[in-house]
Amino acid sequence: MSAPARPGGDDPWSVLRAATRARVALGRAGDGLPTARELEFRLAHAVARDAVHTAFDPAVVRAGLDGVSSIEVHSAAADRAEYLQRPDLGRRLAAGTTLPRARADLALVLADGLSPRAVHEHGAPLATALLDRLADWSVGPVVLASQARVALGDEIGAALGARAVVVLIGERPGLSSADSLGVYLTWDPRPGRIDSERNCVSNVRPPHGLGYAEAADLVVRLLVAARELGASGVALKDEGPALPG
Amino acid sequence: MTVRRTTLGGHTHEFASLSDLLAKATPARSGDALAGCAAESAAQRVAAQSLLADLPLATFLEEQVVGYEEDDVTRLILDTHDPGAFAPVAGLTVGEFRDRLLGWAAEGDEASIGALAPGLTPEMVAATSKLMRNADLVAVGRRARVVTGLRSTLGLPGRLASRLQPNHPTDDPVGVTASIVDGLLQGSGDAVIGINPATDSPGRTVALLELVDAVIQRYAIPTQSCVLAHVTTTLRALEKGAPVDLVFQSVAGTQPANRGFGVTLDLLAEARAGALELGRGTVGRNVTYFETGQGSALSADAHRGIDGRPVDQQTLEARAYAVARHFEPLLVNTVVGFIGPEYLYDGKQVIRAGLEDHFCGKLLGLPMGVDVCYTNHAEIDGDDTDTLTLLLGAAGCSFVIAVPGSDDVMLHYQSLSFSDVLTARQVLGLRPAPEFEDWLTRMDLLDDAGRVRSLAPDAPAAKALLAAARA
Repeated sequence: MSAPARPGGDDPWSVLRAATRARVALGRAGDGLPTARELEFRLAHAVARDAVHTAFDPAVVRAGLDGVSSIEVHSAAADRAEYLQRPDLGRRLAAGTTLPRARADLALVLADGLSPRAVHEHGAPLATALLDRLADWSVGPVVLASQARVALGDEIGAALGARAVVVLIGERPGLSSADSLGVYLTWDPRPGRIDSERNCVSNVRPPHGLGYAEAADLVVRLLVAARELGASGVALKDEGPALPG
Repeated sequence: MTVRRTTLGGHTHEFASLSDLLAKATPARSGDALAGCAAESAAQRVAAQSLLADLPLATFLEEQVVGYEEDDVTRLILDTHDPGAFAPVAGLTVGEFRDRLLGWAAEGDEASIGALAPGLTPEMVAATSKLMRNADLVAVGRRARVVTGLRSTLGLPGRLASRLQPNHPTDDPVGVTASIVDGLLQGSGDAVIGINPATDSPGRTVALLELVDAVIQRYAIPTQSCVLAHVTTTLRALEKGAPVDLVFQSVAGTQPANRGFGVTLDLLAEARAGALELGRGTVGRNVTYFETGQGSALSADAHRGIDGRPVDQQTLEARAYAVARHFEPLLVNTVVGFIGPEYLYDGKQVIRAGLEDHFCGKLLGLPMGVDVCYTNHAEIDGDDTDTLTLLLGAAGCSFVIAVPGSDDVMLHYQSLSFSDVLTARQVLGLRPAPEFEDWLTRMDLLDDAGRVRSLAPDAPAAKALLAAARA
């Protein structure tokens, strides 16, 4: 962390502010917050709320994929309100969804999750960085999934007949990070897989979080290790000599 | 399995079991819909409430929602039930019990309400709460007095304490200290200075315990510290001779849910004994701290009872309080909006749940606090948390949780700010814990009217505390 401000600095409260990203030393208006501090907080919350409720637009992602073939799917959650209240529906494909058997090594899914904004901003660049590094892997058509949870990738991966699925998904927006993308890798995807059978790379959002190249390198190392082990998740972590600490 | 039915408005409603009746009688919330046990219509909900109102309270001693043989929480509830304490209300129905409570509350008869606790089961108080409106929950909650103590006394009339939560994404000592100083300067921390560690390890826990203990000792603050690590981690810290004031653990209302938390009743008893042995209290001997929250059992897929039927999340939450009360806690709080909109969708549901949890906890004899909080994907904002906070203050809530500027930069959710606590105290005429209030006076942090000053940084009190952040 930053060093404390030197004694005798301009504002003694800066000792606190320099020490943490927490909202310390805000001052008060009576017992409440001063107007400027109150509005700063409201803006942070508003940006996070907007990130959750931005409508996912697959065309935005497709435009960044530079001709890579893609398929659009929708989960069984009809709209955002249902998606937020029924995570079980976000883990299943809408009734009547059909996917081509690709029999690929890898299925790549770009999912809106809790921050469509994150997928709009970081989905295509990270997918491109991954595909660049996976020249010796057969990859099925990129699947663009609306109202999707991580586990929707299991059903997609199984339907495509892929040996592994990688889901790039918008993470729950925080007050200072509304555009964070998460990456979840699951070997041998099928419905019923549990979280401990996945590996996760979190907080992809350059320039503040993990960069595309760095994240893609990490995911590819995980994929290679999962292929060697024939499994992902906790087992992979335990074995993982190929993994960064 | 007793099927119960009633006819209301020409329509017959049937409920397959006691757990079905309780679930259908529960005010609407997303978690029960997710579990598949919520009322299917508004009329069905009232029909269930009508049947519940006529149910003898004693039914809950004979008929279970989670089986006795398979669940140690049920065994704890029934094996420790005190028939003598139950006697004054043993002949009442749930509806009559609600009426009796409202009568005692109106008369200010705290003694009659307080004496019931060992005779009440979680299912009884959960059922009663389902017949109550928000104002009923406030009116009775404020007359259910539970006083506890370690180095400060909590739960006294006219007081509202706060947990100062100085979390930091990397447990950085300088960052944690800055948040502690910020909170102390604004009169927070009388319930506990309690850190959620970013990393649950014995070494980290010991370091944070020593850090907070040093601040408490340096300024002779009449409060306690807690690092909210897993109970097994705290046991290791105790072995290492760390200054453990409070043993913390998240608990839930079923044995499988507690297993999911990695907790058994024996483990909790062992850790409590270890903390008691240290004898760190000055005004009391309550050395445990528990957190709970509606939806925790469901999220662990551990929410089913007899015949595999789902039990509603509010009844399961009340059962978690039976676990907590067995260990004579200093502090218990529900983390009411933390778990997300699939359990409590919006401000209305979170406000209702916060008041229910406070009411049920207090009636069962717990020193009940609330983490009034929300996440960014729930339909809730600061207006809703203001409403709940003021209602809880009116309800005599023991303590709330406060973080710098409402923004927990480690757990990534919003709780109350230090100034929210000041506002609630001022609006409702509430004061900090008495020992802590005396300390604030000694530190010259209060004005003549007893309000926490808004200090210039060169004020002596500010300079004294800022020195800790410089150290």
